[in-house]
Amino acid sequence: MTSQGPWRRAWRRFRANRLGYRSLLVFAVLFVLSLGAELISNDKPLVVHYQGHWYFPVVETLPETTFGGDFPTPTDYLDPFVHEQLAKPGNFALFPINHYHHSTINYFATASDPAPPSAQNWLGTDDRGRDVLARAIYGFRLSVLFALAVTIVCALLGVIYGALQGFFAGWTDLYMERFVEIWGSMPELYMLIIFSALFAPSVGLLVTLISAFSWLGIAAYVRAEFLKNRTLDYVRAARALGQRNRVIIFRHILPNALTPVITLIPFEMAAAIGALTSLDFLGLGVPPGTPSLGELLQQAKGNLDAWWLATVGVGVLVVMLVLLILVGDALRDALDPRKEIAEEKP
Amino acid sequence: MSLLEVQGLSIRFGQRRVVDGVSFRIEAGEKLALVGESGSGKTVTALSTLRLLDAARLEGSIRFAGREVLAMSPAELQELRGNDIAVIFQEPMTALNPVMTVGVQIMEAIRLHRPMSRAEARGQAIAALRSVGVTEPERRVDNYPHQLSGGQRQRAMIAMALACEPKLLIADEPTTALDVSIRHQILDLLDTLRKERNLAVMMITHDLNLVRRFADRVAVMERGVLVEQGTTLEIMQNPQHAYTRKLIDSRAVRDVAEPGQGKLLAGSEVRVIYPVPRPGFRGWFSKAQFTAVQGATFELAPGETLGVIGESGSGKTSLALALLDLVSASGEILLDGQRWNGLGAGRKRELRRLVQVVFQDPFSSLSPRLTIEQIVGEGLEIHAPALSPKERRDRVIQALDDVGMIEEEGAEAVLSRYPHEFSGGQRQRIAIARALIVSPKVVVLDEPTSSLDVTIQKQVLQLLAQLQRRHGLAYVLVTHDIDVIRAMAHRVMVMKDGQVVEAGAVDQVLLHPESSYTKELMLA
Repeated sequence: MTSQGPWRRAWRRFRANRLGYRSLLVFAVLFVLSLGAELISNDKPLVVHYQGHWYFPVVETLPETTFGGDFPTPTDYLDPFVHEQLAKPGNFALFPINHYHHSTINYFATASDPAPPSAQNWLGTDDRGRDVLARAIYGFRLSVLFALAVTIVCALLGVIYGALQGFFAGWTDLYMERFVEIWGSMPELYMLIIFSALFAPSVGLLVTLISAFSWLGIAAYVRAEFLKNRTLDYVRAARALGQRNRVIIFRHILPNALTPVITLIPFEMAAAIGALTSLDFLGLGVPPGTPSLGELLQQAKGNLDAWWLATVGVGVLVVMLVLLILVGDALRDALDPRKEIAEEKP
Repeated sequence: MSLLEVQGLSIRFGQRRVVDGVSFRIEAGEKLALVGESGSGKTVTALSTLRLLDAARLEGSIRFAGREVLAMSPAELQELRGNDIAVIFQEPMTALNPVMTVGVQIMEAIRLHRPMSRAEARGQAIAALRSVGVTEPERRVDNYPHQLSGGQRQRAMIAMALACEPKLLIADEPTTALDVSIRHQILDLLDTLRKERNLAVMMITHDLNLVRRFADRVAVMERGVLVEQGTTLEIMQNPQHAYTRKLIDSRAVRDVAEPGQGKLLAGSEVRVIYPVPRPGFRGWFSKAQFTAVQGATFELAPGETLGVIGESGSGKTSLALALLDLVSASGEILLDGQRWNGLGAGRKRELRRLVQVVFQDPFSSLSPRLTIEQIVGEGLEIHAPALSPKERRDRVIQALDDVGMIEEEGAEAVLSRYPHEFSGGQRQRIAIARALIVSPKVVVLDEPTSSLDVTIQKQVLQLLAQLQRRHGLAYVLVTHDIDVIRAMAHRVMVMKDGQVVEAGAVDQVLLHPESSYTKELMLA
């Protein structure tokens, strides 16, 4: 008989939930693909063979003179002239699937911006002429990375804070709880507006600010779990053995207190994405030029006739959030203590 | 025609068949006991006669007064429940709604089946409370469940169940959650009510003492099968089925060695005081004190067992925690002549090795996310850090072998598994191994058998007696069960409301109890 620990059994229950498990797979694939966004959506070719030489424009900046141009400026591979040069016999260029970087402005486009979807720009362009598909891919990546960063910071902060609070209880708990109450009653949105006025906007600043206000929920859950577990007999038995507090916290209680944290992670990520998008939409978020879904939505609001802007922005958000919520649902079911107990009965 | 006639009843939950072809009958005014260990299907069988389990698939036939219950419409079922058959549950605190007064709940039960005005129903509720012996029923009718004591709550439950004068009462472990001294009061009450109203009682229980006292007939269930039934006298004196014999033999036999000489553990005037919040505004600034143990004095020799007996709230567990130095206590506790409570942390950690503990509930006393090897080996990590992993593993295997886990399952199979894969009795043995691996001299046993099935209880007590003989252990045995004291203890300390009411050698206290409280305990 093979033995499975509680985590392994939870993972097995999670996998048994097809919808949740597949959502996780799809989300993971999308995320990994978006990590290589430069290879999927870029205005520079991956590999160029030109007059007997091999070039890798993705990683090197080549002056236009390399390809017979007149100026020593970086090559614009969307230039019809460069295209002609590369199309000559013996030459060869491998472009990414989508020919635009999120910051690319196509100076040679014929349609006026924002341009509807076409053979060149599969999902159209925004009001500055940038490719919407490229913006969506890079925006997705930024959102997920941002959410991961916020969630990791929150989980660490929340677990440590809640663990200390719940384990030592008494006065420690009381003072720490008062701090949480004061901190939690600060108007988050105003703080964000004030700080984004004081400091130059950057992704790092946003991660710090949003994390600073969203770890409270996790801390509350962890605290409650610790308060409950510290009086259980297995902790008393460890104390009776003379075990150190540090070991009791980390080896005995923490693994049993992590269930709510893990369950919360997908929802926490979804909330972080929502927060980032709304801040960007309000213009308080990431610095200008950064590919962000909120900014795409803001453009959509400004250009209501350009239906593709709203469609793509909303579509990407919906897919991302629905996947996360489905994963979270499945996780919650898999970690449900009642199911754990039901399984334990022979 | 019998009042209730169950024929070939099978119950399935999904694929799992929990009850298989059970047949029995109850006549009007009869007392039937349905006996079995946890998981034997006795509760499921009883609740199925009311079709109370939604997820269960029932086959066979259940006839109440000639009417087939399995063919009843929801409306007919509703009429049956409460009106003809009523149920009382084990835990009255959770079976009563905490946000409604007792009176309102009884009135609801009455008016569901007998249309009448609120005032009339209230009168009936008061009468019902009076008939089950609730004192001051006019006042109690407006009490919330938490304002009543455990025994009063169970009485209120019975009043509610009997308010519509049912013909059959199903009592699911009606006394298990109650203190021993209240148990026989409830049994007497059920018997009186039965005589007055010609009520049939189906009692679900695992406690054979209860069966002896109470039932006319017994039906014994094992793993979903009814293995034997007959009159109580027949079954008790001449059990036919092996399992019934095992159940009847499960009363632990006294088999303990004589204690050694000397003073291993001594306490004088041990007091445990807890701060409790004061009500209202004053509670913000100061705490009131609650004295859980008021000056206990005792001595313990190597190889000796000190039994501490008392009801819930008597302070016996607080005393146990004080001996382990898990709560702070005043007074003096000497361990091997050294003062043990109030030491510095480093010195105390060394001494902790000498006093270990086994708790009541083996489900919460083992960390669910650690393997058995990690759990049992933890003590070595602290008290013998110099051991190599190989040596440590050997010591763990030896400790598990000591408690009989290895011969059952094999070393590899035990070490890498998690607590949930073991039964209650096995977990309790693992907990004992964890305590013994650091070679303690004193082991505190906090109700070591009360959450185990009766047949397992005997095994665990035997194991404890064996280990005591082998290692010369001294036990402090905290329990509410007089049978356990009888089987294990050399000396007894009877506690009530934090005070030691009687102490002495086990024969003297049990055979010639001096205080009235001890006499009351002996009765139950």
